[in-house]
Amino acid sequence: MIRPEANLVSNIFDKKAIAQLPTRDGFGKGVVEAGEKDERVVVLCADLAESTRAQWFKDKFPERYIEIGVAEQNLATVAAGLAVYGKIPFITSYAAFSPGRNNEQIRTTISLNNVPVKICGMHAGVSVGPDGATHQQLEDIALMRVQPNMTVIVPCDAEEARKATIAAAASGKPLYLRLTREKTPVMTTPATPFEIGKAIVMYEPENSHATIIACGPLLYNALTVANELASEGVPVTVINNHTIKPLDTETILKSVRGTGAVVTVEEHQIAGGMGSAVAELLAKEHPVPIEFVGVKDSFGQSGNPDELIEHYGMGVGHIKEAVKRAVARKE
Amino acid sequence: MAYLEGHKIAELEHKANVIRQTVIEMLVAAGSGHTAGPLGMADIFTAFYFHILNHDPKRPDWEERDRLILSNGHIVPIRYATMAHAGYFPVLETKTLRKFGSRLQGHPERERLPGMENTSGPLGSGLSQAAGIAYGARMDKKKFRVYCFMSDAEQQAGNIWEGAMFAGANKLSNLTAVIDRNNIQINGMTESIMPLEPLRKKYEAFGWHVIDVDGHNIEAIVDAVEKAKAIYEMPTCILAHTIPGKGIKQIEFDYTWHGKPPKADEAERFLNELRTLGGTVKSEHQ
Repeated sequence: MIRPEANLVSNIFDKKAIAQLPTRDGFGKGVVEAGEKDERVVVLCADLAESTRAQWFKDKFPERYIEIGVAEQNLATVAAGLAVYGKIPFITSYAAFSPGRNNEQIRTTISLNNVPVKICGMHAGVSVGPDGATHQQLEDIALMRVQPNMTVIVPCDAEEARKATIAAAASGKPLYLRLTREKTPVMTTPATPFEIGKAIVMYEPENSHATIIACGPLLYNALTVANELASEGVPVTVINNHTIKPLDTETILKSVRGTGAVVTVEEHQIAGGMGSAVAELLAKEHPVPIEFVGVKDSFGQSGNPDELIEHYGMGVGHIKEAVKRAVARKE
Repeated sequence: MAYLEGHKIAELEHKANVIRQTVIEMLVAAGSGHTAGPLGMADIFTAFYFHILNHDPKRPDWEERDRLILSNGHIVPIRYATMAHAGYFPVLETKTLRKFGSRLQGHPERERLPGMENTSGPLGSGLSQAAGIAYGARMDKKKFRVYCFMSDAEQQAGNIWEGAMFAGANKLSNLTAVIDRNNIQINGMTESIMPLEPLRKKYEAFGWHVIDVDGHNIEAIVDAVEKAKAIYEMPTCILAHTIPGKGIKQIEFDYTWHGKPPKADEAERFLNELRTLGGTVKSEHQ
């Protein structure tokens, strides 16, 4: 059952009716709101103002928008300087380039330097579609979550992305925000809670057999699976694990201690991603069968988002199978 | 900052010599680190901390201070030594360089030491950070100036030219870069590893005003920085021609001294050489 406390949209399982927006739109709205609240907020962009939605901030605060050009190393390091000085810079590009290209600059001048630069990686995952493998960033969660001082957030929809952006501006820390290009269902509402580091239990049946831990727009597939399995006699819990670092160990452990099986779902390499973070926790605190839904050590390719999600094994059917495998592995 | 009077020049030259001695002493105590670069930049660091910079060692986070970004973090012993002599921390603490628990890390970290403006080591990213500070300061109409010290070999890194392009395009006249043009790098001479020349023309083409200066002539260094302040609508790059290892004949111009410290017996000779100004005066230590 959808937890009432999650305050999700009422028509969540009506695929035709539910509103669809890309998470980058949530960023675009959120960063304008953050800019209104705090004049230290500045936005830097590497020649992708429209597609990253940095343009929306530029339209509102042209004097606080800084164009960098096609230079992602400079994007990170100029922002580090601005942050050392006292600004709150959001740096915007595609995740394939930032943090894909400028990883060392992020490590040295942002994470080790411990300054509040907000790295906004757009068009992450295979769902960027026709652009192909070069632009389908599938390693960014892994890259960012291993850096000390870095917070890593993957919003599930545009509304959560808006809230995450506003929270990012106020966090005072280096932070990575992973965003996507395609329109995806807007599951949450302004009333849905959001706090960095606080996972949200979204679907919680009685006698739950397993916990699906998901991040990003694939959370919708996870909820769909839970809804379908409920009528098939396999009740499962779904956690929206939007903050991968710091991981909400309390919420995850509490659920897993009750269910005894886990499926992680992310549009990212299985190696090093959100599922790995969960596995690191459970291996130490509460070992249970885990199945990982994500990309299996492979690059993407051109195609439309839906067919790519299916091809790389992250569709509703794949998640459902993974749940059954995890449950079957329980003693 | 005012123009230098004769007696002040002599004072600063003496100070630079004392700071070089501290560098040798701290490198020997550390047992690792870089020697040639720090010695070569002693006159410039001295000129900045004891005359050029608007700063207060007792208030390292004073908002209106000039910012000095060190891009080539490996020469940080000279910055530590100069900061200690300027009063940021006790000179004795320089002996903790590279030791466990020290604030004086092998490569500098901003959060560990008050007054250390940036974290650096991996080359090529200081200029962009300095440009970011300068850009932010200009947004807020701040009057302080931003300086960025770089090595010459790190001009081989692409990030430098991204930063140079950004600073030029944005006419960051509150930013002055100083390049330690000592012609050496780990594998040999810069011009045989990956030529940098014509460096002046390159910076000019990126929208910078360029001044060549003898990096061991304190009066000329101060003069160049004064001129940079008078340049409007563009950043200035001071090409400081220096001698790596300056002050110690055995080290001067020898690229093999880039990344190693002196041994104890060598250090004794080197310190004596510095104290006696190359044997021209009698040392009180003798």
